[in-house]
Amino acid sequence: MAIVPNPHKTTGLLGWIDDRFPLTKLYKDHLSEYYAPKNFNFWYYFGSLALLVLVNQLLTGIWLVMHYKPEASIAWDSVEALMRDVPYGDLLRYLHSTGASAFFVVVFLHMYRGLLYGSYRKPRELVWLFGALIFLVLMAEAFAGYVLPWGNMSYWGASVIINLFGAIPVIGNDLVIWIQGDYFPSDATLGRLFSLHVIFLPFVLVALVVAHLIALHEVGSNNPDGVEIKKHKDPKTGIPLDGIPFHPYYTVKDVVGVGVFLIIFLGIVFFAPDGGGWLLEKPNFTPANPMATPEHITPAWYFGSFYAMLRAVPDKLLGVLTMGAAVVIIFFVPWLDRSPVKSIRYKGMLSKIALTLFTISFVLLSYYGMQPPTPVGTWVSRVGTVIYFAYFLLMPWYTRAEKTKTEPERVTHAAH
Amino acid sequence: MSNQGVDPDRRRFLTLSTTVVGGVGVAAAAWPFLASLKPSERAKALGAPVSVDITHLEEGQKLTVAWRGKPVWVVKRTPEMVASLAKVTGELRDAASAEPQQPEYAKNEARAIKPEILVMVGSCTHLGCAPTFRPDHPAPEVDANWQGGFYCPCHGSKFDLAGRVYKGVPAPLNMAVPPHRYVDNNTILVGEDQGAA
Repeated sequence: MAIVPNPHKTTGLLGWIDDRFPLTKLYKDHLSEYYAPKNFNFWYYFGSLALLVLVNQLLTGIWLVMHYKPEASIAWDSVEALMRDVPYGDLLRYLHSTGASAFFVVVFLHMYRGLLYGSYRKPRELVWLFGALIFLVLMAEAFAGYVLPWGNMSYWGASVIINLFGAIPVIGNDLVIWIQGDYFPSDATLGRLFSLHVIFLPFVLVALVVAHLIALHEVGSNNPDGVEIKKHKDPKTGIPLDGIPFHPYYTVKDVVGVGVFLIIFLGIVFFAPDGGGWLLEKPNFTPANPMATPEHITPAWYFGSFYAMLRAVPDKLLGVLTMGAAVVIIFFVPWLDRSPVKSIRYKGMLSKIALTLFTISFVLLSYYGMQPPTPVGTWVSRVGTVIYFAYFLLMPWYTRAEKTKTEPERVTHAAH
Repeated sequence: MSNQGVDPDRRRFLTLSTTVVGGVGVAAAAWPFLASLKPSERAKALGAPVSVDITHLEEGQKLTVAWRGKPVWVVKRTPEMVASLAKVTGELRDAASAEPQQPEYAKNEARAIKPEILVMVGSCTHLGCAPTFRPDHPAPEVDANWQGGFYCPCHGSKFDLAGRVYKGVPAPLNMAVPPHRYVDNNTILVGEDQGAA
């Protein structure tokens, strides 16, 4: 039995609901009385933007499924029919395909913010772990979605990625056949990737996003200074002195971010939906052909860094393991960082150099992963791979060895 | 209910046995879901090994069969062709077949079980075009030291009569030798390894 009358003293319809369901409580806990630090900056737009892009993907995805046919012989034609015959079909598809790239842009920046300000440190380890899982599921979701149009890059991309499992000793070949459901990527493969893309992975993704937010709202948001606002509360109200209600303060701020984001995003959707071949690769405008590979089989840009690491290692199995380790190592960041301070603002020179090198190497890896293999590209990728892993693996050492600045007691913030 | 007379050992045993039996049940329930992902009977039938009768294959001839959506060539090489393989070794990228483009039993100079019979997937390792069979030699327009082989018309990749790739062409790897075995002297089963029952 709920408490009647409810503690929020709401009446009428809302009161009737609140007696039976914690509607007002949810609204207060997560919006009007969720106190976020007042010193959020530019980097804090990307969480809400990721949520916006998720909604875009779900909404356009539901509409795309109305027209798409997950059958190898007609999948390509159904996408073409959507693009040419369905009113606004091309817009719906481009919103979804550009949305996939936008998802990775905002998620990369969102994760980078975490690295900058130590948002993964105690007590936010689970926030980070749920986030890392979201990233993993997002990669699987993007891969499955990329295969569905059954263009030639879809086909060969699927072939290359699934065959990575063939590098596993003993069971590799049987595993590849099991994943494909056939001896080469075929209708069976397309069917299961469709099911994963539209049912299983979106369910998991949404559930993880909910868990990510619940964990965040339990411990409270970090901020650019990396100091806990809960240390200094108003003695009368118990509200953090440096906290402001998420709604209306940050909802209004985020609306500005949404406006700027939509101008850029829709600009691409309207005027350059293929991004000059970087967002939708040219070979994917021809149907899948198991007999002819594209000139260069390259991954979508957001997989470039990991693909570069795969190619940088001369041994196939070790390459696959390196690529997997590059994702897995992200999960361990909360326990690798041993610095007495959270934010890069108060960390020492070593951390700043490490993060700079990491940033450069990640960009270079992403670039060379999309290029045909060249000796220069291979060597840059090798150096980049070493720096990528060194950033994480040496973190316990350099975060303790360096001299840090003293954190302020309260957040630093100039009122506008 | 009274808590007196609770037997913790009994409870622990019941919890444990329920968990174990339940676990077996979950594993058994998972099996059909995982097994359904295996190739269907139709896919298995379409991917079954293909039997090739080479009784009437004359020296210097090539025949093509389809296996798992790929063209598989069977070439009967003349003794002269087999002898020519050693003459181009210096021009090849992977003369010793170090890359795993063939089963272990075809990892030899002729890349075959019987030196005169070549069984090979007929697609270029560059972009999957079909190379042309060029047994004629000399052919200076193909290569100064051409001893016969396969020439890809799409981007000019060159392979010798064992499908080994030349240096300085776009194709990175030797052409693939599929698993195959001899059922009898004149029948090859493509798609099944030698030694398999």
